[in-house]
Order: sequence, then C-alpha cells, then structure tokens
Amino acid sequence: MTIDMAQFHQVFFDESFEGLDIMESGLLEMDPGSADPEQINSIFRAAHSIKGGSGTFGFTNIADFTHVMETLLDEMRDGRRQVTAEAVNVLLASVDVLREMLTATSEDAEVDSERVKAQKAELDRILAGDAAAAEVAEPDSTEEACARSEQTGWHIVFRPHSHMMRTGNDPLRLIRELGSLGELNVEVDLEPLLPLSEYEPEDSYLSWDLHLTGDVSKEQIDDIFDWVEDDCDLSIDPICPTQKTPAAAPETASEPAPKTEIKAVPAPDERREGDDRRTSDRRGSAKKSATGGGASSIRVDITKIDVLINMVGELVITQSMLSMLGEEFDISQIERLREGLAQLERHTREMQESVMQIRMLPISFTFSRFPRLVHDLSTKMGKQIELKMTGEATEVDKTVIEKIGDPLVHLVRNSLDHGIEMPEERVAAGKPEQGTVELNAYHRGGNIIIEIKDDGKGLNRDLLLEKAIERGLVPSDAILSDQQIYELIFAAGFSTAETVSDVSGRGVGMDVVRRNINELGGSIEIHSEIGVGSSFVIRLPLTLAILDGQTVCIGSETYIVPLVSIIESIQVKENMINMLAGKGETFKLREEYLPIVRLHEILGVKDAKAKNLNEGLLVVVEGEGRRCGLFVDDLLGQQQVVIKSLEANYRKISGLSGATILGDGSVALILDIPGLIRMAGNASVAFSKDARKSA
Amino acid sequence: MAESQVAELNNLQREGFSDEQNAQYLTFELADEDYGVDILRVQEIRGWDVVTRVPNTPSYVKGVLNLRGAIVPIFDLRERFDLSSQEYTKDTVVIVLRVNGDTGMRIMGIIVDAVSDVLNSNSSGLVNAPDFGGRVATEFIAGLVSAGEKMVMLLDVDKLLGQDQQSEQELAAVN
Repeated sequence: MTIDMAQFHQVFFDESFEGLDIMESGLLEMDPGSADPEQINSIFRAAHSIKGGSGTFGFTNIADFTHVMETLLDEMRDGRRQVTAEAVNVLLASVDVLREMLTATSEDAEVDSERVKAQKAELDRILAGDAAAAEVAEPDSTEEACARSEQTGWHIVFRPHSHMMRTGNDPLRLIRELGSLGELNVEVDLEPLLPLSEYEPEDSYLSWDLHLTGDVSKEQIDDIFDWVEDDCDLSIDPICPTQKTPAAAPETASEPAPKTEIKAVPAPDERREGDDRRTSDRRGSAKKSATGGGASSIRVDITKIDVLINMVGELVITQSMLSMLGEEFDISQIERLREGLAQLERHTREMQESVMQIRMLPISFTFSRFPRLVHDLSTKMGKQIELKMTGEATEVDKTVIEKIGDPLVHLVRNSLDHGIEMPEERVAAGKPEQGTVELNAYHRGGNIIIEIKDDGKGLNRDLLLEKAIERGLVPSDAILSDQQIYELIFAAGFSTAETVSDVSGRGVGMDVVRRNINELGGSIEIHSEIGVGSSFVIRLPLTLAILDGQTVCIGSETYIVPLVSIIESIQVKENMINMLAGKGETFKLREEYLPIVRLHEILGVKDAKAKNLNEGLLVVVEGEGRRCGLFVDDLLGQQQVVIKSLEANYRKISGLSGATILGDGSVALILDIPGLIRMAGNASVAFSKDARKSA
Repeated sequence: MAESQVAELNNLQREGFSDEQNAQYLTFELADEDYGVDILRVQEIRGWDVVTRVPNTPSYVKGVLNLRGAIVPIFDLRERFDLSSQEYTKDTVVIVLRVNGDTGMRIMGIIVDAVSDVLNSNSSGLVNAPDFGGRVATEFIAGLVSAGEKMVMLLDVDKLLGQDQQSEQELAAVN
C-alpha cells in the first residue's frame, strides 16, 4: 500500500516553519554563558522535529543539515558545551539557512547548496572547537561519538510490537534513517510471520538485528527511535573494536547476552524522557496552534472548532424547537416563542463571535520577527539598541497580519538605521548609550494602532524641505507645516537610496510602506522632534471585527459610538456649561474642563430634537488622549455590531470608522471618535480665526 | 410597476445574450431625458427604499443601503446632473451598478425616475456627444445613440461613479 506522501508536505512545512520560529525566538532569548536548559530543550525539540519530518519525507539535505545543528544543541543541552555568543549567532544563521532550504523545497526550487555547505562548515567549525570533538572527518555523521568511546558501531535489536504500524510508525522508515547515519547491516527475523491466511496486514510481525558501523552517537540512534520506544522492544549496545568488524555482522547478531542486560537498565529512563518530550511537544503545538504562514490556509486551535460545533448543535436544536412551535402556533405559546427567540439570538451571537475569532490572530505573529531583526542589525551597525514590544496579544485580522509585516520591517529598519545614533553620538547628545525602539499595538476606537517609536535623532525638517525643493517636489516658496514636510518622505521620487541618505536617511521604500497600509484601508502618521526621536503611527481598520457599541440617536438618525471610547454619559445642567471666548462650549467634569462637540452640527443632522444642552445627553469620550463630550439626543442601547467597511464600495468619510447593519436591516454608521475630535478641533480653529478677524 | 419592469428586463437580458453583435444598454428616464448604461454593469434594479444618510458627503449622495450585507452608496442622478430634484415615488428605482474603481470592483446605486427599456445597438450607431464648452459637463457621456425618435445618452459608469470616488479621495488626502 502506498500513500501519497505529498499530501502531508504542507503540514510538514507549516510545522517546520513554526519550529523555526520557536528556535529563533528561543535562541534570541538565550543568554551566553547561562542558558536555561529548558530553553535549549525546546530549541532542540524543534530542531529534532524538523529533522524527523524531513527524514520521513525524504528531504535528506534538510535532515542532514538539521542534524548538525541538533548535535551542537545536544551538547549544549547536556552541558558539555558552553553557550557562547558565537555559537548562538551561528545557530541563528543556520536557522536562516534552514528556512531558505525549507522555502526552496516547498516551492520545488533549487536549494542554494553552496550556502548550505558554507553554513554547515561553520557549524562544524563550532563543533570542532570543542576540545573533546577532535577529529571531524565527515560533517554529517561524525560527532562527539568518536571522542567518547572507541567503539566502531552499534548493535541494535529492534522488535516492534504488533500494533506499531497502527500508531503511524513505519519500521522501514526508521531503518532507512539508521542507514543514513552510517553503514548498516540488516538481518530480518522472519520466524513470527504467520501463514498468509492468518496474516493481519496492519500488524507487524518482523523483527530486526541491525549493525550500524560508523561514528554514531547513542543519542543519534535514540533520536530515531524516540517516537516508538513504547511500541517496541529495543536494545542498543556498542560494538567494541575488539569485537568482530561489522562486515561480519551475521555472526555478531547471534550473541544476545549483553544486549538484554543493557536493555533492562536504561529503557525505563529513556522511555520517561521520550514521553516528556512528546507531551511537551504537543503542548508547544497547541500554544502555537495558529500560524501566520501561507496565504490560503489558517491553522485554528481545535478548541475553537469544538466550540463552534457545539454551537451549531445548539442552533439546530433551537431552530427545530421554533419550527415545531410555528406549526401549530396559538397565542398562549407566546412566552415559549419569546424564550426560543432569545435563545436563538444568544446562539447566533455566540457563533458569530467564535467565527470571527477564527480569523483573528495575535499580532505577535508579525512582531516575533523583530527581536531577531534588531539583534542582527544592531550588531552589524555597532549600535546598542533595545527593542520594547507591547500589546503583542492584540488580535487583528489575518489579512492584516499578512500585509503589515513588510511595511513594519521597513519602518523598524529605518528607525534602527537612521533614527538611532551611534553610541558615541548619543552620549555626546546627553542620551543613554543604548537606544530604544518601541513597538506598540493596541485597539483604539475601532482601529488597530501600531506605533514604531525611537528615541533617535528625529527627522530634520529643514533638510527635508531643502531636498524636496531641490528635487522639484515642492515649489521653492512653499510654506509647509511640519506634518506636510514629514509627508514628503512618502513621495515616490523622494525615496531613492542616495537622496535619502543625504537628507535624513529615512524614506527607502516609504512610498511602498504607505501604499501597503493604504491598501489595508489604514493610514500612517509621523511625529518627530529633532534630537528626541520620531514615531510612526499606523492606524488600521478592524475590517472584520465585532465592536461593542452604544447606539445613540440624534433626530431620526442612529449612530454607533464604540463602547471602548466612552468614559461615561451625563446629563448636564446649565451651570456646568461655560463659554470660552463666547464660542467654544465647555463643561466641567470633576476637575477638568472638556469641550462639547454638538454631534448634530458636526454630522449635519437637521431634525435633532435637543438643541439646548440640558435637553439631551453628553457622552464623554476619549480618543487619542483627548477627551470631549459628544452632545446627542438620547442613548438607545448597547449591542455588538459587525463592522462593515464604507470604503469597500464608497470611500473613507471623516468622522466615521465604518457602518453596521442593525436588527431591522437598516444601516447605522459607526463614529470614529478620534476623527470626530480632530474635526471638532479644526472647527474650533476656524472659529478662533473668525473671531480674530472680527476683532 | 417596478417589479414588472424587473421581470421584463430579466427576460430581455436573457434574450439579449444570444445576440453578441450588439451591445445592450439599459435605458432609464431622468427629468424627461433618456439615459443608458451598459447592461452588463447592472447588477440589479430595486425599488426606492429609505437609506441611511451619510454626513459630510455631497448632497447627491443620498446615503448607504444594506444590500445583502454590503454597504452600498446610493447617488441621486438628478442632483448629480444638477437637474431639478423631485420627490421619490413608487416608480422611482435604484439601479445597482458594478463600477470599476482604482481599488477593484465597487457596487453603487443610482436613483433614476423610471427604467424604460433595453436598447440593442451596435457600435456604428454610437456618436460622440457634441462639445458644449464648459456649459454642459459631457465627460460622463460615453456617446449618444438614437432609439427611434429619441436620443439616448450613454453614461460611462466608471467615470461617473469611479471619478467621484477618486476626486474625493484626493480631497481627503489634501485635508
């Protein structure tokens, strides 16, 4: 029976890339000198799984390469080798090479064998650096084993239990893998084989005597049998050089005495270790159950699916209950009908939530690459940079995760490269030697905000303007605000490498950054101060998210205010209201004076009922750190709404973050609180100008 | 009446597909003038329904509508063309069109007085709109065809609705 292994390839690649991520983050967290054994273990396990998988699928080059990494890690794990910064760096580079190999293999492309060879040599160099591992003749199969004993090989007796194949393990694969370690002599015991009439095709009857020659460590062999220890009788014992050479394998196979002894002692210990490894691997995969990988598939935590299936079940029950009720309905059953409808509503909402949850992934899938990037780049540039990340758990839509990665890399790289100064420069400027780059992600008013902030030298507006004029992007007599000048770095013509490094450095591919963000329906803002640093604020819409909203009414219109931005709702009395310069209305909320934004004015509602401030309600909201009171007619109720984009068929409208469909099928618009506050701010600026003119 | 028109049009549309030589246009009335749009751009025709007003938009944008879960903007074509506006009646229909914009296909609706007919026409019957200088905006008119006694102005849907989108996006960028 042949199985088309190709159907499992995608799973293997998904898991391997996940494994690489684990290795990478683990390596980055590792402190040279004092490594946490659990951490090394998890890195080792990841490498081991990749090796096992690639062996199974016949990607021998990957298996060979991973094997060398694994050997190094194994020595670190056993404490036989110090964890040096050099070794960690080499391992990190190897992770990259491995990633390339996997990518190439998954795309059926050619693997850059030169690079692989070079990296392997690098690993071997580190391995050889250990005094114990003196002679390294063959890179992929000669490790510390030769140094630890003089044995020439191993005698392995492998008797699978009859159910082994049903656990998904194929003895043939194990033997093949053993064969890849060195010269293998195989002898099969055909004795237990039943006559064909009694033969059970899914049982395994055979057992093997194997002689493996070559400089192979016991760990390597253990690794191969790691997954099947519980399903077979296994003994591994060394062949001493005084014994017969493996060429005479058949004879050595017939001396069973030492093997039983050895089997008795280490087996339970090994088995426990094997079990540990398996459970923790499983735990690891549950934790990282969703990957940011391919564009077409999504890995979802099984519990999420189970919850969904449960809910569908409930929904079906409710539906049949309701339809039974509907068949012979009379008014006495109205109470039951109400109950049923309430149940239906609850189930529907729960189901909606969990379906949404499936598409939402924590942004850490994007953020996780940055520690590595910062680590590598800062070493390369000789700068000291600390990366601070917050809000990694912020959940965003999968599409956002996929598309925001590259723009973020661009921005972070720019911050490192051009924002943060060299240590001596920083000290001269009176700043700490170590620069800081911050990555923050959070939800705000129906948006996801991602902030990239550095404490570097900031954007030099004068130089930017000068360069823009020189390049003819702006007329020489233009008077531009700071914001408009910063905007220039997004201009396509402004972003060629040589220009920008002349100016401030920022801007390589910035037009692409902006385009990508705009494609997601988002925007990017720059704040900068010379000598203090700059921050890039990316605002992305939550296209598929649900939002907790407060419905408010103004006249005959209904709007939704995101609940997160509401602080409280109050009814104001005349005496709480003050006028600023006769125009701006403010009210005093405890010790703070807040501006009042009359929503019916700013949204142009003509039939608003409440004109006097004491007739309606003030919804106190906060957006981008600014507070104000939104004046509305009345509050209607709270409900969860599905955000629908207005941009999909129309365009972005200032003051609105989207729309939703209410229970009656009509559309209600969702207010963008920060946007409204900005709009109100502009209006008051206009007011003050008028006031000046009239004065 | 709107429903019967829809049914009739659906029939016509089906018949029309067998005839590939001719382009087909859905014609409609607007202040006693006849307009037409490429029938392949028409997604559906529906009766006028109350829409949700969207603030800070030009007056010809009547609002947005829930079209099976999609938020679709509805434009009043009379106001768009600065024709005298009129109360919406039971004959008032919304033609839902597929518009090709910069960012892919969009769905938008236009409010017209009444749908009239499906017009078969080959490209030879198409003439360019005469130049009125600046007095009459002809940039949305793809051409003129005659249907019997009447002249039908064929609208360039992408320019008409796509451009609106465009210009206001630029406006927003300036702001």
